[in-house]
Amino acid sequence: MIPVAKEVGSLRAIASGGIVSPTGNPDLPPDKEKDFRRELIRRVLKKLQEEV
Amino acid sequence: MKIRVVHYLNQFFAQIGGEEKADIGPGFKDGLVGPGRALQQALGDNGDVIATIYCGDNYFAEHQEQAIDEQCARIAEYKPDLLIAGPAFESGRYGIACGAICQAAQQRLGIAAVAGMDEDNVGASLHRKNIYIVNSGTSIVRMVPTLQRMAALGLKLVRQEAIGKPADEGYLPRGIKRNEFAAKPPAERAVDMLLAKLRGDEFLSEIAPPKFAGGKPAAPLRNLKSAVIALVTDGGLVLEGNPDKIEPGRPTRFTTIPVAGVDSLDADKYDAVHSGYDTAFANRDPNRVVPLDTMRELERDGVIGKLHDFVHSTGGAHAAVENATLIGRQIAERLKAAGVSGVILTST
Repeated sequence: MIPVAKEVGSLRAIASGGIVSPTGNPDLPPDKEKDFRRELIRRVLKKLQEEV
Repeated sequence: MKIRVVHYLNQFFAQIGGEEKADIGPGFKDGLVGPGRALQQALGDNGDVIATIYCGDNYFAEHQEQAIDEQCARIAEYKPDLLIAGPAFESGRYGIACGAICQAAQQRLGIAAVAGMDEDNVGASLHRKNIYIVNSGTSIVRMVPTLQRMAALGLKLVRQEAIGKPADEGYLPRGIKRNEFAAKPPAERAVDMLLAKLRGDEFLSEIAPPKFAGGKPAAPLRNLKSAVIALVTDGGLVLEGNPDKIEPGRPTRFTTIPVAGVDSLDADKYDAVHSGYDTAFANRDPNRVVPLDTMRELERDGVIGKLHDFVHSTGGAHAAVENATLIGRQIAERLKAAGVSGVILTST
């Protein structure tokens, strides 16, 4: 989805956990999935603070 | 027969004054003013600029209905055949005024109308479907050629002559499709186009690609600890039962889900409605589409100032660009009004 986001002018974009679970990963056990989400969101928040 | 033309200008081009005069109400002068001279030259013996109407850009923006009523009444007194408005180039308020006054003159008074402005002027996106707008570009250097185009198109409209394609007549596409006979069948035209492309020659696609508005990226967030962060998704998150009835595909609206005091999106209370992906994983744990649980923790830990009290959601499958743009604008307006400083949009 990154090229789509960039094409429409949404420049702060990061790759997610996938189409069916952008902020999750169903293959992981629940506690690990929460870690995955927290890590992803930390990167998202960093992106929000970046100049583009 | 000479046609009678009324010319609309803003306070600047009507030589009343700059921004300090943008609050003046509608005014009228017999004959031409400023750019009216170039318009008269373009009309030549075919018509006369019999009057100029003008209005301050701010006045028009703030009293649109009133300004239109007053101006329509006055325009009618002049009994014109044609209204020419602008060109407004890239001035947004002026462009909106030109578009609105042309549309009103056309609908209420039944007279032909042509506006001029840059294709990216907000007035163009608001009015291009309903009126003829000549693309002026952004620079005032294009004043004379733009008025020539506007006059030529206006004369054709008054005389009820056939109007050619947007590219030939210089107006912005209005989204109208007309059947016509082509000399060659589609397969041959496609091969011709491909060959032209391979040769590096110019060719014109018969399908206009959607144009994305783009827009400037917002400035980066300076301080997360005081930031209000909102969650938005095109993954089709809804309250159980989909009370706002958002569409699983080809969306025309969005839903607003209150999440104040909610620590995590419980599978029993939320659904994902979306025809573009398998929603099974999202339905089992909606935090996989909208990371509410994590954001709440980060709020509690003081990493962010506050998580916004509402999640806005739509089902983004096969969205028409126009509808998606409208949905995006409406959501952005709400977030802005609510004092949100940053948005995380999760996309499926």
